[in-house]
Amino acid sequence: MSPKTIYDKIWDAHVVQEDADGTSLLYIDRHLVHEVTSPQAFEGLRMAGRTVRAPDKTIAVPDHNVPTTHGRENPETMTEDSRVQVAALDTNAKEFGIHYYPVTDVRQGIVHIVGPEQGWTLPGMTVVCGDSHTATHGAFGALAHGIGTSEVEHVLATQTLIQKKSLNMKVEITGKLKPGVTAKDITLAVIGETGTGGGTGYVIEYCGEAIRDLSMEGRMTVCNMAIEGGARAGLIAPDDVTYAYVKGRPHAPKGAQWEAALTWWKTLFTDEGAHFDKVVTLKGEDIQPVVTWGTSPEDVLPITGVVPSPEDFKGGKVDAARRSIEYMGLTPGQKLTDIEIDTVFIGSCTNGRIEDLRAAAEILKGKKIKVGMRAMVVPGSGLVRAQAEEEGLSQIFEDAGFEWRLAGCSMCLAMNPDQLAEGERCASTSNRNFEGRQGYKGRTHLVSPGMAAAAALTGKLTDVREMM
Amino acid sequence: MDKFETITGVAAPMPLVNIDTDMIIPKVFLKSIQRTGFGVNLFDEMRYTRDGDEIADFVLNKPQYRETEILVAGDNFGCGSSREHAPWAIKDFGIKCVISTSFADIFFNNCFKNGILPIVLPQEQVDVLMKDAEKGQNARMTIDLEAQTVTTSDGEAISFEVDAFKKHCLLNGLDDIGLSLEKVAAIDTYEEKSAQARPWV
Ligand code: SF4
Repeated sequence: MSPKTIYDKIWDAHVVQEDADGTSLLYIDRHLVHEVTSPQAFEGLRMAGRTVRAPDKTIAVPDHNVPTTHGRENPETMTEDSRVQVAALDTNAKEFGIHYYPVTDVRQGIVHIVGPEQGWTLPGMTVVCGDSHTATHGAFGALAHGIGTSEVEHVLATQTLIQKKSLNMKVEITGKLKPGVTAKDITLAVIGETGTGGGTGYVIEYCGEAIRDLSMEGRMTVCNMAIEGGARAGLIAPDDVTYAYVKGRPHAPKGAQWEAALTWWKTLFTDEGAHFDKVVTLKGEDIQPVVTWGTSPEDVLPITGVVPSPEDFKGGKVDAARRSIEYMGLTPGQKLTDIEIDTVFIGSCTNGRIEDLRAAAEILKGKKIKVGMRAMVVPGSGLVRAQAEEEGLSQIFEDAGFEWRLAGCSMCLAMNPDQLAEGERCASTSNRNFEGRQGYKGRTHLVSPGMAAAAALTGKLTDVREMM
Repeated sequence: MDKFETITGVAAPMPLVNIDTDMIIPKVFLKSIQRTGFGVNLFDEMRYTRDGDEIADFVLNKPQYRETEILVAGDNFGCGSSREHAPWAIKDFGIKCVISTSFADIFFNNCFKNGILPIVLPQEQVDVLMKDAEKGQNARMTIDLEAQTVTTSDGEAISFEVDAFKKHCLLNGLDDIGLSLEKVAAIDTYEEKSAQARPWV
């Protein structure tokens, strides 16, 4: 048998039927659902008189729209449109009998944090959700990717997707990371290298010593942004770190099933000599704490750098860079550490897990944020929030001057009231710096949690290494 | 879904690279639970001022591009979120075909599910079509999916590739779900087999 990548193996295990031209019906093990991309899909089912084929494999949680302030159990705290969407999810979850975590449940949170936390996400699975950051679940050695609403409806009705196989891409991070450099810096550095279209048509396997050294939280951060590099999915072969994280989770297998699962999971690695269509290698020790300066996640520079000039680029990127620099209100040649910010957001499915909050709290301990700074922490789930409170992290945040919020997507996409005002500039641990992403004409610099904390203290983009 | 018929219509040039789904349809418009009505908000932040006035030099606001049916765009069109609201807005505006050197994966798939044809061509050919699109209203392009050609207003025909299955579905206006449900026996068999092999799933 010819050597296979881990992607090949997971794919092969899920093909229901393959046509001569390679168009395949792929079985879906887990379908995660949230309130924004699902109402039209459920409506479609209803209109066609169809049902959910595998309600037991379907998990719903509201996250995008929900307020992150206290008292949100009261629907009146939501805008009318948001309320309607959340209410629709409520109704659909009940009517179709799928697993559901409403805002009143401590397990509620961002869908990509809840799935792994509850043990829904397991190695070797196919996982989809009507959300591009489904790539996050790839950290478990699962094939996980975002789908559109029509595909959500397709999965609800058939528990399958019509797919063609992507190409294999390897992203290897060799060696060790330097202090102050995190999973977020790895994933941004990779996108800086490949561009936002560099992964288009591929499934990425992240590997190498620096990846192996990461915790599950860090691995989720890396895979989360595979989509920003254009890839269909990103994944990391499971190992002892993975198994230790999964074991004992509510929906993880137990007893004999655990042993059987483990036996299969241990076969999920890329065989010696397997073919990759594209390979990118970065040296772990070369990666520095990075920030984005522009309005595309590929606009990445080490924090020690300066704002580029449009002429530094080629082709269509010249105009895009000019537009970005203008939108961001920057001057070519300006030192990145001279950029003043007024808002800090710590949270999202990229960096809203316990380890992220620990990293930020470490920098903030015993200090105060700059006067006038608006800073908030939005834990990725109710359970992350509870754990942070138990560890005393929430106290550190509040003492420093941060707001300590309830779980949700919040200012990552600013569908709820957590938004930047026009011209406001934010150091954000989220994943997208698109124009208007965090609020109309808001300006976003993507950073790691430690860098976000450092910026909150100084009021400028700051090299976290100077604070350690 | 409607069948994809041959289009002869106005093409608008949008040479900007990395046009993302937040640009195509900002999230404030994602709160609807319908699939229609998004067209007026297509490219909202590029198209209107905060007060809702049209920005005169945005391409779709120019008189010659108001009837645009084809978009010629820069690299990596549709990157970002999985929101199907993006193709819904494009469709609702009346655009049935987008041409670029590359598309983001999820957006690309979403187009086909909504009767929109995304065409990938090499840079030189996109450049030719971009120039043609710049001519405006009188320069109508023709997209013939059956023959897999784009014909410029000067009559130059450019061939493109398209996945055979996706082409078949577009031309016949087929509903994917219906097609897959015809394979329900195969799905049943798979489920039985996998329940044996991986009972923990
Ligand atoms: S946190 Fe942000 S990126 Fe993640 S699912 Fe929510 S909106 Fe999407």
